[in-house]
Amino acid sequence: MAFLEIRNIQKSFGSAQVVRDFNLDVESGEFVSFLGPSGCGKTTVLRIVAGFEEPSSGSISIGGHEVTRLKPNQRDIGMVFQAYALFPNMTVAQNIAFGLKVARAPQAEIGERVKAMLALIKLPELGDRYPYQLSGGQQQRVALARALAPRPKLLLLDEPLSALDAKVRVALREEIRAIQKRLGITTIFVTHDQEEALSISDRIAVMYGGKAEQVGTPFEVYNRPATRFVANFVGTLNVLDGTVTDAAGGIVEVQAERVSLKGRLNGARTGDRLSLALRPEAIALGRRPGYDSCLKGKIAEVHFLGSVIRVRVELGDSVVSLDTFNSPSSPPPAVGDAAEISFSSKDVNILH
Amino acid sequence: MKRNSLWSWIVLVLAVLYFALPLIGTFEFSLKMRRGVYSFDAYRVVLADPRFQSTFLYSVTMALCTIVLGIVIVVPTAYWVRLKLPRWRPIIEFITLLPLVIPPIVVVFGYIRLYNTSSWLPLTGSAWGTNVLLAFGYATLSLPYMYRAVDTGLRAIDVTTLTEAAQSLGASWLTIMARVILPNVSVAVMSGAFLTFAIVIGEFVMAALLSRPAFGPYMQLLGANRAYEPAALAVIAFAITWLCMGLIQLVSRFSKASPARI
Repeated sequence: MAFLEIRNIQKSFGSAQVVRDFNLDVESGEFVSFLGPSGCGKTTVLRIVAGFEEPSSGSISIGGHEVTRLKPNQRDIGMVFQAYALFPNMTVAQNIAFGLKVARAPQAEIGERVKAMLALIKLPELGDRYPYQLSGGQQQRVALARALAPRPKLLLLDEPLSALDAKVRVALREEIRAIQKRLGITTIFVTHDQEEALSISDRIAVMYGGKAEQVGTPFEVYNRPATRFVANFVGTLNVLDGTVTDAAGGIVEVQAERVSLKGRLNGARTGDRLSLALRPEAIALGRRPGYDSCLKGKIAEVHFLGSVIRVRVELGDSVVSLDTFNSPSSPPPAVGDAAEISFSSKDVNILH
Repeated sequence: MKRNSLWSWIVLVLAVLYFALPLIGTFEFSLKMRRGVYSFDAYRVVLADPRFQSTFLYSVTMALCTIVLGIVIVVPTAYWVRLKLPRWRPIIEFITLLPLVIPPIVVVFGYIRLYNTSSWLPLTGSAWGTNVLLAFGYATLSLPYMYRAVDTGLRAIDVTTLTEAAQSLGASWLTIMARVILPNVSVAVMSGAFLTFAIVIGEFVMAALLSRPAFGPYMQLLGANRAYEPAALAVIAFAITWLCMGLIQLVSRFSKASPARI
């Protein structure tokens, strides 16, 4: 039995159904991200887990206890919000102590716990400050400490980094992950930022249209996207249209070239049209040993990004992006030059 | 541009004269009790009058009761409307404006008719009951000011997120109200409280018709029977009102430097 079980959750607001048959099991100590575009239902599912929204149907259980009809203050959860939501009338220490005071913990224990939490978020000197005297990053760390202080069973993070600038965001996400690992607390993290989700999650639930399109490790989600949406949403993706010319031999014709996908056509028949997806890093400019497929085209765009050069190559009606490392000794290709791209057919994902 | 500013000054001076002259006249008249010289005799007489002290104390007590009643009614209502019933806001706002439209005399006649000694709740049958009725009447009169002040205060904080944050930390509704919401709108509540105080201290119609020994009816009684003392009393009443307005300003300024901002 999983620590957090989300079963067949449906949620409608009026006639609009925002969550459709959402299922997820989260193991104890696991860090799971809900990733998806705005309006995909990720925050709604999180709010249902927190108890701020009631599901139209389905059930939630935490640690083996059914909590679907419990009020938020009875669920033993800690939550961090995008807008920090620190109590403006209280100091940092009072904010952190709030949950413990509500639980009527002994004064000595509250003092010790607040000190430990301030040390955990590396702000031991700021206990007497008010929220308005802190930076955004500091406020969010205090919000994290406040959520963790009463030792909740489950930590819910609702886009906690979205209001922060890029540098702070990267630093804080690593800190959140480190703290989560140290405490071993089961965590759900909602984000629309794929880099965030890929970098810190044990597993990712990619959501679209109120459903989990795919649940898997960052490696699986990125390298083996289950649906066209996941493939498009997570990372940059090149999609090439092809036609099956020999189903038995696994041959697909792409831009008048033959690509061998033996054993991977999933029952496609000769004459069927397929979409083949390739990540930019799976494509090389020119022929490369070990890459069994090759297509001819023309350089359409070259973007110099410092250590990496992103090249866009025109292949008939399609354009594919690929990344090559910058090498000071060899200049980047010129726009309009004829070019060949090569890839391994093992790296091709067939989209359904 | 210059011509415009000249006109502005002229209008301003006229407005100041329009408002200030009667006050200056009243103040000047209140100092003339002793023949031929200015003195504060009228103030001395008024302040020494035991009826002044008793009626003033009564009205202050009623004002404090009204403020507590107003806070208990308005803060949870405005909070709940912001949190759960935003669509009801125009209706609630309309209801809170009604005391400005319905004259107090109509309200108090309604009260007397509903709560007289032969009704199902005979509040007017005892002094205590009438005091309760009067406090409710005052709370109604101050509703437009109290509601607006509190609602403005609530607008300045993220009510929904703060509530959810407190809930996720295990807080009950009472804890949220007492320890999160109220402290964060305290400045707004105080503004509403001072306005309520100023309204109650000078109120005449309700107190007179419910026959309570309040400051308003005392002022009227004195005005009907004396010459200089009513002028002194009017100046004292103005001073109290201004003091309240000054305190509102002070509190608002204090709030700008306070941590109670999100």
